[in-house]
Amino acid sequence: MLHHLSIKELIASLSEKKLSYEELFSYYQERIQKFNPKLNAFISVNESFLDQDSIIETKLKGIPIAHKDIFCMKGHLTTCGSKMLANFKSPYDATIITRLASAGALTLGKTNMDEFAMGSSNETSFFGPCKNPWDLKLVPGGSSGGSASAVAARLAPIATATDTGGSIRQPAAFCGVTGLKPTYGMISRFGMIAFASSLDQAGFIAPSAEDIAIFYDLASGYDPKDSTSINDQVASTTKNLDQKPNALTIGIAKSSLDKHADPNILNAIKQAVNQFEKMGAKIIDIDLKNSHLNVPTYYIIAPAEASSNLSRFDGVRYGHRSEDSESLQSLYANTRSEGFGDEVKRRILIGSYVLSAGFYDAYYIKALRVRRLIANDYKEAFKKVDLILSPTTPNLPFAIGEKSNDPISMYHNDAYTIGANLAGLPAISFPIGFHNGLPIGGHFVAQHLREDLLLNAVNHFQKETDFHQQIPQEFD
Amino acid sequence: MKSNWEIVIGLEIHVQLNTASKIFSGSSTDFGAKPNSQASIIDLGYPGVLPVLNQSVIEKAIKFGLATDAKISRKTIFSRKNYFYPDLPKGYQISQLELPIVQEGYVEININEEIKKIRITRAHLEEDAGKSIHDSSLGKSKIDLNRAGTPLLEIVSEPDMRSAAEASSYMKYVHLLVTYLGICDGNLQEGSLRCDANVSVKPRESKKLGTRTEIKNLNSFRFIEKAIEIEAQRQIEILESGGTITQETRLFDEEKQETRPMRSKEEANDYRYFPDPDLLPVVISEDLIKSIQQSMPELPNQKNKRFINEYQLDKNDAARIANDFDLATFFESSITHSKHASPKQLANWLLGKLSNMVNEKNINFSKLKLSPVDVSSIIDLYILGNLSQKQAGELLEYKHGSEASIEDLITEYNMSQISDTQELSDLVDKILIENQVQFDEFKCGNNKVIGYLIGKVMQASKGKANPKLVKEIIESK
Repeated sequence: MLHHLSIKELIASLSEKKLSYEELFSYYQERIQKFNPKLNAFISVNESFLDQDSIIETKLKGIPIAHKDIFCMKGHLTTCGSKMLANFKSPYDATIITRLASAGALTLGKTNMDEFAMGSSNETSFFGPCKNPWDLKLVPGGSSGGSASAVAARLAPIATATDTGGSIRQPAAFCGVTGLKPTYGMISRFGMIAFASSLDQAGFIAPSAEDIAIFYDLASGYDPKDSTSINDQVASTTKNLDQKPNALTIGIAKSSLDKHADPNILNAIKQAVNQFEKMGAKIIDIDLKNSHLNVPTYYIIAPAEASSNLSRFDGVRYGHRSEDSESLQSLYANTRSEGFGDEVKRRILIGSYVLSAGFYDAYYIKALRVRRLIANDYKEAFKKVDLILSPTTPNLPFAIGEKSNDPISMYHNDAYTIGANLAGLPAISFPIGFHNGLPIGGHFVAQHLREDLLLNAVNHFQKETDFHQQIPQEFD
Repeated sequence: MKSNWEIVIGLEIHVQLNTASKIFSGSSTDFGAKPNSQASIIDLGYPGVLPVLNQSVIEKAIKFGLATDAKISRKTIFSRKNYFYPDLPKGYQISQLELPIVQEGYVEININEEIKKIRITRAHLEEDAGKSIHDSSLGKSKIDLNRAGTPLLEIVSEPDMRSAAEASSYMKYVHLLVTYLGICDGNLQEGSLRCDANVSVKPRESKKLGTRTEIKNLNSFRFIEKAIEIEAQRQIEILESGGTITQETRLFDEEKQETRPMRSKEEANDYRYFPDPDLLPVVISEDLIKSIQQSMPELPNQKNKRFINEYQLDKNDAARIANDFDLATFFESSITHSKHASPKQLANWLLGKLSNMVNEKNINFSKLKLSPVDVSSIIDLYILGNLSQKQAGELLEYKHGSEASIEDLITEYNMSQISDTQELSDLVDKILIENQVQFDEFKCGNNKVIGYLIGKVMQASKGKANPKLVKEIIESK
C-alpha cells in the first residue's frame, strides 16, 4: 500500500533502499493506468521513467509528482486544457519544473484543468471534465481539478497546481486534500501559462501540510526570470513544521459565516474551531468589511488581464491555426473562435470591455481601488490575529452540469478564496470533515510570507485529526 | 506656400537605443542577422514567458532627459498597448502611457540664425515590433521577429514647429543629441531613428489649431521635409476649396510624391492600455540620476560655444563642426596632435578638403581611414612650408587607407616643396626674364601683378616651389 505513505515516509523508504525509484514510479503509473479512465485526471501521462532518472542523490530522490498542464515542460505536451494548445509541445521548462526536477522529483504526467485555468469545476477543459473521486457524478472543483482529483485518489503523492481566485484551494476542498496557495511572488510564474498575471500563483495539492512543506521549500524563492518574484529571505517551512505553535490567535469574519454558506459546512467549521481551541488557540471576531466586493472586483481585474494575456494565441506562431482563412482578420477570428471555449471567450469579452476607452475608469481603475481597500482590511485584521479562518467554499461539491450554464453562481464558488489573491496573501485549504461522504474544506489566510505559520497550524491540526488521510473507497 | 497659411508640426521620433540586448529579453539587437535568428522564446511571445527589464534602457532614457532639461519621473511604469498584428507576437506592445520616464523637456535649434525652443512633451520607453514583409507574388506575408523587443525611446514634441524646414532641423538636432549622448547609433538607413509627423494648417492670425493628420514612418530628413510640405499643401488646397480635413493616419509615397490614408482597419484601434502586471513600477533614485548627471558628455550647444571661446572659431565653423559628433571628435584630437597648426587652420582643413573626402566616400569622420595624427602631421608640413596646399591635399588622399609612412609617400610622389633660396632665386630669375613686361609693371608699383608672377613660378616648379619664399624673392629683386 505504497499510496498510504506520506512524502516523508517515501523519502525514508527510498533512502533506506526498502524501495527503488523505479518500483515507486511504476506503482503510481499502474494506479494511473487503472484509475484514470474513471477520473480523467490526467491529460497526458509520462510512462517512461528512464529519461528522468539522472539525478538521484537529491532531496526528493525519485518522488513522483503530477504537474498541472499549465506548466511548460520541454518536449512535452502543454495544453492548458485548451484546444488552442492541444498539440503544443513546449520548447522550454517552467522554473518550478526545473527546480523540482533538479531536486529529483519524477513527473508522472500532466493533470486536467479548466481551460486556461478559467473555471471552478474542470468542466471547461477541452479534454473533458475530470471527476470527483468521492462521487464520480460530482465535479472535483477547478481549475486545478485534475491535480486535486489525482491526489485524492492517490494517483500521485503530490501535484503542482495554480491559483488565481481559488483554483488550488477550492478543488482541494472538494476532493478532501490539502492545497497551498503561497504569497504572490513566492513561486516563480516563469513558464506558467498566464491567466491573470497579478493574481496567478503556483502552489501544491497533497494529502497533508507536511507533504506540501517539503516541496514548497524546494520550489519557492527568487527567480530572476520573473520580475514579480519576491527576493526576500524567508523562513523554511519544514524546519519549524513540528514545533508547537505559540498561542495562536485565529480571526473569523462574521461575514464568512453568513446564510449563503451550507449549514453543514458551517457546522464543520465550528468543530474545527473547537479543535483549534483545544490546541490552545484563541478565537476572535474580525471585520473584513469589503469582502462582499471580492467577487465583483476579481471578475473585472482577472478578465482584464486575461484578455491581454490570451492575445498571443493568434494562430501565427504556434498552437491551433484555422485552416482556411482568406485574410488576416479572418485568420484571427477563425483561429480564436475555434481554439477557445465559451468560458474563455466570455472572459476575453468582459476583459476587453472593462479596458476599453470610456469604461476603463469606471471599471478597471475602480476595481484597482477596491482591491487596495480589500488588502487594507486584511492588513488591519492581521494587527490582531495570526490567521483568518473561514470555509473554503460556500457549498459542497456539485454535480457535473449543475452550474455550467450559470456562470454567476459558478463565480460565487470562489467567494471565500478570492480575497487572498486580491491581497497577494498566502492561504491554505485543508480537510475539516465530511457530510454525506463528501469532504469539507477549512481555509486559513496568513500575512505575507507566513507560509510557515499556515503549514505549521494545519500540520498540528492534522496530527489531531484524520480527515486528510481518508481515501475514497473505490480508489484505495 | 501661400503666406496666409501657417503650418503647425509636432514630431514623434522613435529612437532605437543602442543596447547589446533587447529591452525585455537577453537576445542580441544586432542589425541584419538572418531572419528570426535573434528572436528568443520571450521575443516570440511563447506561452508562459515573462519580460525582465534591461536596466540600461532606464539609464539611457535618463541621459536624454537630463540633456533636454526635462523632469525625470521618480517612479515610472510600463503599460500594455493591445492590438493584433502578426509582427507583434504577444498581441500587445509593452510601452508607457502614464508616468513616462521623461516629461517636459526642450531643445533649442537654430532657425535662420535665431534660436528657437522646441518643447518635448514626453519621452517614453517601449519595445519595437518585428517586420512584416508582404510578398504579393506569393500572396503571403513573411514575418521577421529579430527587431521585436528592440528598445525604443519615443520622443514626443509639442506642436512647436512652423515649417517643414524647422521640423527637419529639429529631427537633425535630436539625431545629433542622441549620437552625442551615445544612446543611439544614429544609423538612419537601418531605421535607428524613425519619425511620425503630426501636421495641420491654420490661418496665420488664428490661435486655434487646425485638424491634424499623422504621417507615419518617415526615416530620413529629406522625407520628413518633403512629406510635410506635400501634406500641408494638400490640406491647404482642401481648405481653400471649402473642404474639411479628416483626422487620420497617412503614409508618404516617395515615388508618387503624395501622402495617402492608411487603411482604416490598421488605425481604428482602441488600444486598451493598462499597467503591465508582469513588470513592477521602476523607482528611480536620486543617486542614479546624480551619477548619470556626472557622466554626461558635453552637448552640441556647449561644444559649439566652447569652440568659439577656446579656439576662436567663427560662429559658422564652430556650428558646422559641433553639429557633427564624429567631426568634432576628430577636430579636437587633431588639435592635441598638431605642433604647428592653429585650431582655426585645422578647422579650415577639416571643413574643406577632409569634408570633401568624407562626402565623396559617403562615410563619416569616424570611418575615415586617416587618423587625426596623420592629418595633423600633414597639415603641420604645409604650415612649415614643406608642402604646398595642393601637395598637402594630395598627400591626404594618398595616405587614406595606406600603410606607408608620410615620409615614404612624400618620397614616392616626389613631393617635398622647394624651399632652397638659391634654387628658387634661379628659377625666379628665369621667369622674370620670360615675363619682362609684367615684371616692369610690378616695379612701377602695380602690386596686383605679383600673383601672376608667383603663379608662373609655381607652374614652372610643378607646384613644388614654396609660394611664400617665391613672393619674398620677387619682392627683393
